[in-house]
Amino acid sequence: MNLIFLNEQSSPNLLDVNFGVIFWTTVTFIIVLFILKKFAWKPILKSLENREDFIRDSLDKANKAKEEAENLTKISNDRIRQVENEAKEILSQGREYSEKVKKQILDDTKNETKKMIEDAKDEIEKMKEDAFNTLKSQIALIAIESAEKVIQEKLDKEKHTQIINNYIDNMSGKFNE
Amino acid sequence: MYSFSTSVNDTIQNASPSQSDWIFHHILDSRELSLQPITTIQLPEISLFGLDISITKHVVYLWIVAVFLIITLILSARKYNKTLIPKGFSNLIEIIIVFIRDEIVKPTVGEKYKKYLPYLLTVFFFIISCNIIGLLPYGSTPTGNLAVTATLAIFSFFAIQISGILQHGIVGYFKGLAPKGINPLLLIIIIPIEILSLFTKPFALAIRLFANMTAGHIALMVLLSIIFLFKKFLFAEIAVIPMSIAFSIFIDLLEILVALIQAYIFTMLTSLFIGLAIHQEH
Repeated sequence: MNLIFLNEQSSPNLLDVNFGVIFWTTVTFIIVLFILKKFAWKPILKSLENREDFIRDSLDKANKAKEEAENLTKISNDRIRQVENEAKEILSQGREYSEKVKKQILDDTKNETKKMIEDAKDEIEKMKEDAFNTLKSQIALIAIESAEKVIQEKLDKEKHTQIINNYIDNMSGKFNE
Repeated sequence: MYSFSTSVNDTIQNASPSQSDWIFHHILDSRELSLQPITTIQLPEISLFGLDISITKHVVYLWIVAVFLIITLILSARKYNKTLIPKGFSNLIEIIIVFIRDEIVKPTVGEKYKKYLPYLLTVFFFIISCNIIGLLPYGSTPTGNLAVTATLAIFSFFAIQISGILQHGIVGYFKGLAPKGINPLLLIIIIPIEILSLFTKPFALAIRLFANMTAGHIALMVLLSIIFLFKKFLFAEIAVIPMSIAFSIFIDLLEILVALIQAYIFTMLTSLFIGLAIHQEH
């Protein structure tokens, strides 16, 4: 079996370089290159780029929207917290106020009752005094009456006149003044 | 398949000095388009200014590839007019385009990748289609022809030089080929090496693609030919057929992989060399 390189001149060789083939390859390749460049690669590459830009833009937009949404949530959360705090404050203020009011009412009632008690005590004292005075005058009256009765029977003439005299003296002294 | 086997049989019986001729008949270029068992088309001979520019089998397949690429790619490009996200075949094309752009051209060429992207995309699609068309029935691999790969490599050579010259200017580019701050005596060695390397790069591109495509096809043909070599021995042939077919299926699948890899490597290395010409400082 002959090696390919040792073939006779007449038979075609594997390593033959045929000028015709080179010529036609050049022509074909150049035509293919220019047609494809103009009608295939340009539109395809352009639309690929457009799509990549579109995807990039969309991602950017989505990111921006996400950030915005996060901001909004943050703001609304802040607002909620603020409102909560306010409500808490209002509640605590109300509680404080009610506490105060309660205390005041309690104090007031306490004072009033105290006053009432004191008044009552005064009244009682007064009544007592009145009663005592009435009693005293009554007692004095009774005593005088009883004394009168005793004196009417036991007073002698002499003493009687003396007392009258004294009385008259006192009276006259009073008149003289 | 019948004529195929008889022709093999003939060659074996005649025991001519080149028994492997029928294998090379399928790999080498020829002036006729074999559509056996239906017909064989004789291709026209053309000459231009005394130069032979006859149309050959590989040229016909190049044109088939060119027409296929132009139609499919323009059709898939049209779909982008209607919608920003096309489906189906355009999606497959898009995956390849995005892969070449983001994984090959952007990292190697750098900022100015847009200028070289159409060329590199065309190279990739052209080579991969040429590689694949050889695996189809009646197909032949244009990239299994050294003239085709050499032409593609010449395009790469010009692309590399032009990218460097556009970036640094003619004088700046060729000055930049030699590393800076080096002993002037060493330049005597380095300058020829650098000039040589300008040509070895595309040369390696051409040979790599050609050799890979040809080798796979030879392996495929040889594995199939085992069946016909054993034709004289009936039972041996029956035993050999499943093995032969299994191995050729394996090689065929391997060829698909090689077709993809070689197209990728050609594009990647061209892109890399363009990048190296643009960023000379590295």
